[in-house]
Amino acid sequence: MLFREIILMAWSSLGANKLRSALTMLGITIGVFSVISVMTAIGALQNSIESGISFLGSNIFQFAKYPVNVDAGGEAKKKFQNRRNITYRQALRYYELMQGNAQEICLKTFGRDLKSQAVYNGVKTTPSLTVVGTNGSFLTANAYTLGYGRNLNDEDVELARSVLVVGKMIEKRLFPHETPIGKVIRMSGHTFTIVGVLAEKGTSFGQSQDDICIMPITRFFEDYGEANRTVNIATQPFSTELYNRTLDKGISAMRIARGLRANQENDFEIYTNDSLKSAFTSVAGVVRIGAFVISFIALVAAGIGIMNIMLVSVTERTKEIGVRKSVGARSYDILQQFLTEAVFISEAGGILGIILGVIGGDLLALWLKVDLIFPYGWAVAGLVVCSAIGIGFGFYPAYRAAVLDPIEALRYE
Amino acid sequence: MESFDEALNIRPHGRSVIEIQDITKRYVMGEEIVHALRGVSLRIHRNEYIAVMGPSGSGKSTLMNMLGCLDTPTSGHYQFNGKNVAEMDDNELAEIRNREIGFVFQTFNLLPRSTSLRNVELPLIYAGINPETREEMAARALQKVGLADRMNHKPNELSGGQRQRVAIARALVNNPSFILADEPTGNLDSKTGGEIMGLMETLYQQGHTIILVTHEADIARHARRTVHLRDGLIESDDYLPLMETEFVISSP
Repeated sequence: MLFREIILMAWSSLGANKLRSALTMLGITIGVFSVISVMTAIGALQNSIESGISFLGSNIFQFAKYPVNVDAGGEAKKKFQNRRNITYRQALRYYELMQGNAQEICLKTFGRDLKSQAVYNGVKTTPSLTVVGTNGSFLTANAYTLGYGRNLNDEDVELARSVLVVGKMIEKRLFPHETPIGKVIRMSGHTFTIVGVLAEKGTSFGQSQDDICIMPITRFFEDYGEANRTVNIATQPFSTELYNRTLDKGISAMRIARGLRANQENDFEIYTNDSLKSAFTSVAGVVRIGAFVISFIALVAAGIGIMNIMLVSVTERTKEIGVRKSVGARSYDILQQFLTEAVFISEAGGILGIILGVIGGDLLALWLKVDLIFPYGWAVAGLVVCSAIGIGFGFYPAYRAAVLDPIEALRYE
Repeated sequence: MESFDEALNIRPHGRSVIEIQDITKRYVMGEEIVHALRGVSLRIHRNEYIAVMGPSGSGKSTLMNMLGCLDTPTSGHYQFNGKNVAEMDDNELAEIRNREIGFVFQTFNLLPRSTSLRNVELPLIYAGINPETREEMAARALQKVGLADRMNHKPNELSGGQRQRVAIARALVNNPSFILADEPTGNLDSKTGGEIMGLMETLYQQGHTIILVTHEADIARHARRTVHLRDGLIESDDYLPLMETEFVISSP
């Protein structure tokens, strides 16, 4: 029998019970949707992390008080809550120790507690700017480039000048028609002179990276106080080859700066691009497994639904099977026909699930402002799994149909 | 006598389509063994019009299933166009049904959601014939039964007689060795039944072999030969008297 005929037959008999077929299909759709949407979203995130956006500038390692997932709570939180801040003094000590061993050393502290809204000429920015007190190495350490004007320099830090380098968004908002260089803006109760503008960087994880303003770390402490603030230290070695040696040196220097004895553990965290990526990957892995388990359960339930409906269908169509056999259908033809219907339901559900899943996952990716993807691998896997479900759960009903005695089947009313 | 019959073209001659010898069929129903057929021998030639008659329980249906290759005998020989059917497996039987036999049922047994054309195409689909040829053949068969204008109607849009015509077209479409009609007029009023029997007569005149299974003597009278079954055995096997078949002689 021709393949075209099988498809047409399956189509017409499923069409005869539209609601029933659609409901059976829906089970598969839900199962596939859950896995595909999660895989799309995670894939999009991972994609944007691996190609393009780095958490840190290239080759950079960073010391900080807390690890990435300290918010996870429980044990981790307890362990870190009594940890000492990294003070500016300690940071400076590290800076001194590492002089000549690293290309760039960036000290930075974030004013996350500040109500940071910049005002110029009555025009206001959003109240949630990222305010950073740092030095001239910030740009390299965080993979920013200067658009125009100048970067912070050592003198700015030494003299605690009230100067700012601002992100593209601030420039667009406050200075749509004029140059911001040399202009004085107010922010969080202090005034600053803008000396430079960063080139646009785009967004990462749903956060704009262009609503940032950076100032000398010394000025930051003058204006906003030093208590309860911890300093992050990013270090860039002279070359990739020297990365491991510099990291070792950096850890030693950090231990000295923190005043740790030989038998004490490090009381600071080491961030590298690799460690950040692997932290993300481990979280992503857990989410993936979760999505997998949910999908698996949903798909098994849907498969049982298909089997049930196919059994009902075989019973209802006993007479039809008898007629087909009387005009020359072989058992194999009947098996093929019912199996095709089961696979059809399951594939149609799967395709719908993939479409909805990709849309759902990409909407999430869109919201997080990362590049959209189409997870080809997962889509193909989804179709294969759906075929397997259709065949697996459709086989028994189809077999029952195939082995019906034509005489009995013809007599069935 | 033999040569006389042949000269008058009453007794069919030439190759026999069906040759069954001493066929028996036993069923086990619960703890009881039912002997549906107890040794039936029959020879049916090309272009015969034969009626199988008998009361219910006579083995008539069993014989029909056997002739229709829906079932195989418990013992005995069944030769179909020289092929031994008694030893065929299900798939080979399906192929015989597909190519050699056209079924016409009392309850029509059309696929309710398919058009007349699609219904008639059904045997050709299983024969693996390509769509264009198939449609052409199905259309021709429908024309033959006078339903050229009802090709795209579904069974529920047709009258009982028209449905049976579609079923006959389906039986004809593969140009089978014989048409096996099981109470073809059982669900029809007598006028429509008469029309269907007229159609059968025409098909017979055109050279088809027809096996009619019925319990109605009126219907059986259309056939040229009548086989009576009783208790699983052939009771009588009669050819129609010469006078009534006169027109057969003159037909080409």
